Amino acid sequence: MENEKKYPLKKILLICSKANLEDVYAALVMANGAVMEGIETKLFFTFFGLDAITTKRMNKLHTATVGNPGMRMPGGLPFPTMLAGLPGVESGVTAMMKKEMEKLDMPPVDEFLELIEAGGGEIYACKLAADMFKLEKDDMHPSVKAIITVGDLYAMCDGEGTQIVFT
Amino acid sequence: MSTKSLAGVNVDVNEEGYLTDASQWTKEVALAIASEEGIELTDQHFEVIDYIRNKVAGGEALTIRGINKSGVVDAKTFYQLFPGAPLKKATKIAGVPKPVSCI
Repeated sequence: MENEKKYPLKKILLICSKANLEDVYAALVMANGAVMEGIETKLFFTFFGLDAITTKRMNKLHTATVGNPGMRMPGGLPFPTMLAGLPGVESGVTAMMKKEMEKLDMPPVDEFLELIEAGGGEIYACKLAADMFKLEKDDMHPSVKAIITVGDLYAMCDGEGTQIVFT
Repeated sequence: MSTKSLAGVNVDVNEEGYLTDASQWTKEVALAIASEEGIELTDQHFEVIDYIRNKVAGGEALTIRGINKSGVVDAKTFYQLFPGAPLKKATKIAGVPKPVSCI
């Protein structure tokens, strides 16, 4: 196995379909990481993921406290679902998450998109979802290159060493 | 770890070519590493390298965001100065360890 030929990743397409803070950041961190490794990167937002590139929503993303079994109280105890649904809990948890992310120097969504764009990464919105949510290019952050169809997306997958990741 | 001759001096490097002893770094060594990476260093490159060396010497983590806010270069220029994998290449040339941060 020692002489097995390796095929390094050359291009990656990341698809983000959710608006949860952590889902959006997973896509952003992976996209930024790929750009920084010199991998050609395309980031495609669809359905609720469009919140992450919609100017008035992008910096107000929340982490879901209900239906999230990974949620823990400070100290590590499980977070009771009954409590998670109370008014203000989601905002409080989100604020805490953002504070911890800031400590690690994770940028806000708009700044993160700008960093990805600066490195040559391309950001796209899904046409079908944009039509559904009645969103235009003007509603979106300037880093969004275009609103494209799924066919356009697949057309970008040409070339060897390309992978698609759906988050 | 091995020893490598760069710019006429022997330096200790790890298997990826990063200097293991930052004190062995000189401008000439930087020029030699950069030319291996296909980069011709300008004054602007050295401004970035100085910034990186100061940050690392101060024990601070390097991130692309930090570089963008450094006032030395913006992220776009940084990518242009060190094309491909900018932070990896810049740290290698600056004679500091490869960054371990994911951002």
